[in-house]
Amino acid sequence: MSNLTTSEVKVNKSGQRIVSPDYLLFEAPREKFFMTGSEAVKEAVKRASVDASVSYPITPQSEAAHLIGELWVEGYVGVYFRGESEFGVMSEVAGCAMAGARTITTTSGPGTLRAFENFPMWAGTRIPVQLVLMARGVNSPLSIQPDNLEVGFLLDTGCMIWYAENAQDLFDMILAGFVVAEKPAVHVPVITVVDGFFVSHTREAIMIPPDDIALPPYDPTKAPMPVIDLEVPPGRFLRDPFVMKSNYISYATHASWQFEVRAAIERSRPYAKHYLRGLIEEFGNPEAEIVFVAAGTAASQAKEAVRLLKDEEGIEAKVVKLKTLRPFPYEELRASVKNAKYIFVPEFNVVGWMEREITKWLYGYSNATIIGAPRVAGGMTMPAEVIVKEVLNYVKES
Amino acid sequence: MSFKVYQINPELKDVMPQEIIDLEEKSTLNNPKRGVMDLPFYKELIEEHSLCAGCPEAAALRYIMASLPNPEDTIIVNSTGCTSLVFPHIAMHTVHSLFGNQNAVASGIKRVLEYRYPDRVKDVVVLAGDGATVDIGLDCTLQSFFRQEKITTICFDNEVYANTGGQESGMTPKGHVFKMAPKGKQFEKVPMWQLAIDSGCKYVARLTVSSPKRVESVIKKAVYVARYLGPTYVHLYTPCILEIGLNSDQGLEEMRARDKERFEFFEYITPEAQEVIDRVKAEGLL
Repeated sequence: MSNLTTSEVKVNKSGQRIVSPDYLLFEAPREKFFMTGSEAVKEAVKRASVDASVSYPITPQSEAAHLIGELWVEGYVGVYFRGESEFGVMSEVAGCAMAGARTITTTSGPGTLRAFENFPMWAGTRIPVQLVLMARGVNSPLSIQPDNLEVGFLLDTGCMIWYAENAQDLFDMILAGFVVAEKPAVHVPVITVVDGFFVSHTREAIMIPPDDIALPPYDPTKAPMPVIDLEVPPGRFLRDPFVMKSNYISYATHASWQFEVRAAIERSRPYAKHYLRGLIEEFGNPEAEIVFVAAGTAASQAKEAVRLLKDEEGIEAKVVKLKTLRPFPYEELRASVKNAKYIFVPEFNVVGWMEREITKWLYGYSNATIIGAPRVAGGMTMPAEVIVKEVLNYVKES
Repeated sequence: MSFKVYQINPELKDVMPQEIIDLEEKSTLNNPKRGVMDLPFYKELIEEHSLCAGCPEAAALRYIMASLPNPEDTIIVNSTGCTSLVFPHIAMHTVHSLFGNQNAVASGIKRVLEYRYPDRVKDVVVLAGDGATVDIGLDCTLQSFFRQEKITTICFDNEVYANTGGQESGMTPKGHVFKMAPKGKQFEKVPMWQLAIDSGCKYVARLTVSSPKRVESVIKKAVYVARYLGPTYVHLYTPCILEIGLNSDQGLEEMRARDKERFEFFEYITPEAQEVIDRVKAEGLL
């Protein structure tokens, strides 16, 4: 796949050498840096041949958005400005993507909710926008702290939902996100989630390839919907299935369009599997009867709990980290919990949307007891000891 | 854009609908001098419509489609409402996304087209009703003016939410009784043309669509000024004859009556916009 062997060296608009996604993600030499999740966003965008980004301030995503602005000044991003609100921003990036741009934006918590009407519109419009969501609590009461309740709201918007555990994941997922979302067979938005503060503001070691190489630019002519750039014949269509007539053909069209959006997410599986190296990641004893299923930093903490359980209690456990929620990796999950007696679902929100997902997808496929715990919210942390305590309490009781 | 995209493959011509053949053979595309006087003789960009019989909005759409100087390189961003029912019938690039976000979507499109095609003219026009422009979408409308986006915004003011069944809007005159205002509207009609001026529009016009030639002149000025300078705003009275109890042949009469009062022709042109207009006039395009 790598075009390094071609005699002609192609460069993008920023003058970076264009390499294949496989080369950029898997083959290019990487160097170790110490940076925050927000800085990892900048480094990924810098290597992604991004055409457009629109920003709006909200903690904790603001820094990532500032850094994309710096890339615009440096000539790595074509269009950049501050929008009027998240509702406006998500509409502005929609316009950018309709006009044929590779587009990225970022938001958090209340911003996500302010923008919400746009997400199903993005999906229905079949634009491969990438949203980096740095999850934060939603009002009321006001909170700027990490909490991923909003992710539960996003699950059925028709967007792909990926969940990064740390800065490294985030860097790789942003690059992979464009590649998968822009596949003609997929071509739906991707929301790359990361826990606010825990990842956005925490400095950690991360391996990244050089910055003089970048992804191939987006080719909007391969999109399943005509690009709105006036270079193709004007059809008598709207950019969504505008069929609000009162007849069964229009009802069926609207319904089938929605099915098609979901089918497009399903078609992303093989690509996501390849570029994310699997839709799940397992950690700990593969045969363990105690299994944690989690995403994001909840998975990090569960990994620490697995170590503690083994070292201090002699109990074998494992973590199944979900990298994607849409598409949901149900086959991988079912296979990975075949020995499970207890499935713990640690998560950072009060409603337990992850537990609901796990319960749904394992119904009829696992006899394990599914326990929606520990569950913390509003900015509370989830120390590994709390997870261990939860396990010990439960295992002792039963 | 290349005009080859309008050419029908000769081998398929016998199965093409007449209106598509007309678009190739009898169109006014690629002619910036096109205008409303072409209407009886050439193929219109709007093919039938699904509005009520005699709706002045339909007339406004026909005049606008006939007046755009560069329809082959113009994108119309639309919003939800009566106008959105017409857009499936228009042979132009059009976008419908949400109710009220039209100026935000148009901003994104315009900026990316300038980035992708820096040496080409690609006009972006927003066309939406008064609810979309002034009520639910006011934030996006004004913010696009503040940012000096190079787009033309056209508001079809029928002074009511017509498509949803006749509810009061911000553009309803004070005292008028509509649904959701059963005691009559309690506050004044929003002076949107003044807000557009105060928000930085370079060219603003308020008028009814009783005079096709005047609509043509205003639309052309608004598009050229937006292309070269910054935001422009056109406020058109397109009464909902259904909701104000008129017959289908009374729309024109209603507009002529309003020409003398709250929709008296009003034009605001900044000195720099006047320069653009004079230049375009000198080129014989106005």
